[in-house]
Amino acid sequence: MAVISESVKAMNGYKLHVVKTEKYKTNTLVWKMKAPLEKDTVTLRSLLPHVLQSSSSSYPATGKLRSYLDELYGATLFVDLAKKGEYHVITISVEIANEQFLSDPTPLLKKAFQFLSEILTKPNVQGGAFDQDTVEKEKRTLKQRIQSVYDDKMRYSNFRLVQEMCKDEPYALHVNGEKEDVDKITPDSLYEYYQQAMAQDELDLYVIGDVDEADAESYAGELLSFEERTPQTAPASAGRAKESVNEVREEQDVKQGKLNIGYRTNVVYGDPDYYALQVFNGIFGGFSHSKLFLNVREKASLAYYVASRLESHKGLMMVMSGIDNSNYDQAVNIIKEQLEAMKNGDFTEQEMEQTKAVIKNQLLETVDTARGIVEVLYHNVVSGKEITLQTWMDEMDKVTKEEIAETAKKVSLDTVYFLTGKEAGK
Amino acid sequence: MEKITFDQLQEELYYESLENGLDVYILPKKGFNKTYATFTTKYGSIDNHFLPPGKGEFVKVPDGIAHFLEHKLFEKEDGDVFQQFSKQGASANAFTSFTRTAYLFSSTSNVELNLETLIDFVQDPYFTEKTVEKEKGIIGQEITMYDDNPDWRLYFGLIENMYKNHPVKIDIAGTIESISHITKDMLYECYETFYHPSNMLLFIVGPVNPDQIMSQVRNNQSKKNYKELPEIKRQFEEEPAEAAEKKKVLEMNVQTSKCLVGIKSSNANQSGKEMLKNELSLNVLLDILFGKSSEHYSSLYNAGLIDDTFSFDYTQEEGFGFAMVGGDTNDPDRLAETLKKMLLDAREKGAISQETLDRTKKKKIGAFLRAVNSPEYIANQFTRYAFNEMDLFDVVPTLESITLEDVENAAGNLISEERFTVCQVVPKK
Repeated sequence: MAVISESVKAMNGYKLHVVKTEKYKTNTLVWKMKAPLEKDTVTLRSLLPHVLQSSSSSYPATGKLRSYLDELYGATLFVDLAKKGEYHVITISVEIANEQFLSDPTPLLKKAFQFLSEILTKPNVQGGAFDQDTVEKEKRTLKQRIQSVYDDKMRYSNFRLVQEMCKDEPYALHVNGEKEDVDKITPDSLYEYYQQAMAQDELDLYVIGDVDEADAESYAGELLSFEERTPQTAPASAGRAKESVNEVREEQDVKQGKLNIGYRTNVVYGDPDYYALQVFNGIFGGFSHSKLFLNVREKASLAYYVASRLESHKGLMMVMSGIDNSNYDQAVNIIKEQLEAMKNGDFTEQEMEQTKAVIKNQLLETVDTARGIVEVLYHNVVSGKEITLQTWMDEMDKVTKEEIAETAKKVSLDTVYFLTGKEAGK
Repeated sequence: MEKITFDQLQEELYYESLENGLDVYILPKKGFNKTYATFTTKYGSIDNHFLPPGKGEFVKVPDGIAHFLEHKLFEKEDGDVFQQFSKQGASANAFTSFTRTAYLFSSTSNVELNLETLIDFVQDPYFTEKTVEKEKGIIGQEITMYDDNPDWRLYFGLIENMYKNHPVKIDIAGTIESISHITKDMLYECYETFYHPSNMLLFIVGPVNPDQIMSQVRNNQSKKNYKELPEIKRQFEEEPAEAAEKKKVLEMNVQTSKCLVGIKSSNANQSGKEMLKNELSLNVLLDILFGKSSEHYSSLYNAGLIDDTFSFDYTQEEGFGFAMVGGDTNDPDRLAETLKKMLLDAREKGAISQETLDRTKKKKIGAFLRAVNSPEYIANQFTRYAFNEMDLFDVVPTLESITLEDVENAAGNLISEERFTVCQVVPKK
């Protein structure tokens, strides 16, 4: 049984991926635009999808555009930005009810394609520039969005760790761009960038739901057509090999200290030892049965949350925890000991099997949601590999204790970031 | 076992009330990998003043104890239950709200084993002084984490403003001080009062065989001895109709201000169909007023008073209810004034057109279809509805039946100057 089956077709300038499933009462279109992450374009790219979704040539006011979506049984339009390794990915998705669950037989899927096409190809433009009011409003919101990272200390400390750890690498850039670059953007420059992105980005459209493949293909062919292109690839940057661990301490008026530790895993998605890395991360800190949770939280009572996660396309592992300011040394030591234990193969067969089972469970659960399906499949687009979910699970099953310990040995501590409360500094 | 079919939605729900009073629901979902099960007790942070079974006097327990009990139930003599679930390939979790404590797992294999583990661990408390003390450190960090979170402080600040006496104003986790008083005996007392099967609901959704699952649950329960539980007696102080405080400003380490406007509900004692209609009418009202297609949203956004963190919500449970509207803003006072005026104006009859109502109802129906894609949503919401004597699957027909008059009545009942309150978070000077 194939866990998810995706049919992929090359269209004009993009790839169409159809995943047919009867699980959902809605159909989902997910549009992805990928380009290298660069200082010069990151802020333009962050602004662009928000301008596109706020109005279009047929719906020049946000209220009109949103009323139309309400009319379509509350179809949702949603934009998002992500960093995948050294790429900056724009996602625009439309989700719409499947009319078989409504008493009204209006063919909604085609309307969803028409709407996505309107948003992408008929923006609210006059005289070679985006509508000025829209751009100004969205610039203001973008500045607030960038600024909001400072107010959520968990997000902030995570962002600061990456910034410190990846200094001089594109990955240090914030996913929403740089505040000081927002004001430089004009309706003209953004429109120029829009044309460039539409001509050069790697484009993918995913269609998930109980749809007829031929219908999807004919709607896509009729409504979405772009120039052929050879997508740009980001130069692989392994990151500097640091001579010593970078320790950063920042003081702010907070009650709880935020401890964020960054490691280089030296393994990325698609590498032969990527599966061992997944299991390693799971035993180390990915779950509530993991070493970090058991030793930092359950045994030492130092934290409510402590976990590690991977950035698979960049080869990073990040540990995050909220601790009392005075427990810094103890927490760092316990975390370091757990990594040493992993390197020494100091974990049981049972911990390993347990972790594999939980990861498998997590993957299967992920593909129970339309968005999860797209996330899993899109790894292949980012990495240029072709790994099915079944291969992923089979390969992970074969991973041995030795391979996990060997992979753990490749993991090196890079940066320890601590956001600490003011009293601790006194 | 009873079978209920929902033709339009193409779903089937199986139901049985067991001898010991436990309500069990099973919703088969073909094509899904995941089975999701929740085991929920009608016991939350507001249930802090009650009559323990067999006792003559009401007791008042420390703030945060329901949540503390939720944490402690995972620990057993031979280790912690998270471990056991993960050995069985499942992930487990729990949450405590104002009115409920839910324990849950999700898994794509070993479903029956995981279900057995879920039921058994919740029905087998094990508390010792030592493990209770240890938990105080962990929950202390959870509380401190929320203390630094401006959105949480804003949300609770607003509820505190509304209520003078009702325990909904108490933070679900309590305070570091209040949890320091919790003992193992208090945990047992709360457990004995609220964790009887007749006060609980089990919901299983996933690619399961309902006959098999129901007989498993029946067998499991028949092995356990439960004495019949007298009706649970909770005590709540009298609550005035008006908001307790008009305004609160919290200074925090933030760069952008935040502002929420709240309205305390006037219809806090509803349940069943009446409650469903009222809450859906108010949800429709708020959507008409503040949804992204509304004139108000555009004018607030265009004026730079809101950004995309702007949101609105109406919450109602037995004994309390409130609406809230707001988000991040550069001008919290102007936003509060504007929102208040918009809400007061919405009380006028004729302020809403039939066309807008019809469009909004369509939108809500689509949103419901989207929501029932999610097993988590179905299980959690079904339980919440059932505890309030409502039926989740009545949402679409009830939405369809809502008239302009319903919305106008709901608006008229809710919106009143004396029930308004404002909470703001502003940067520290």
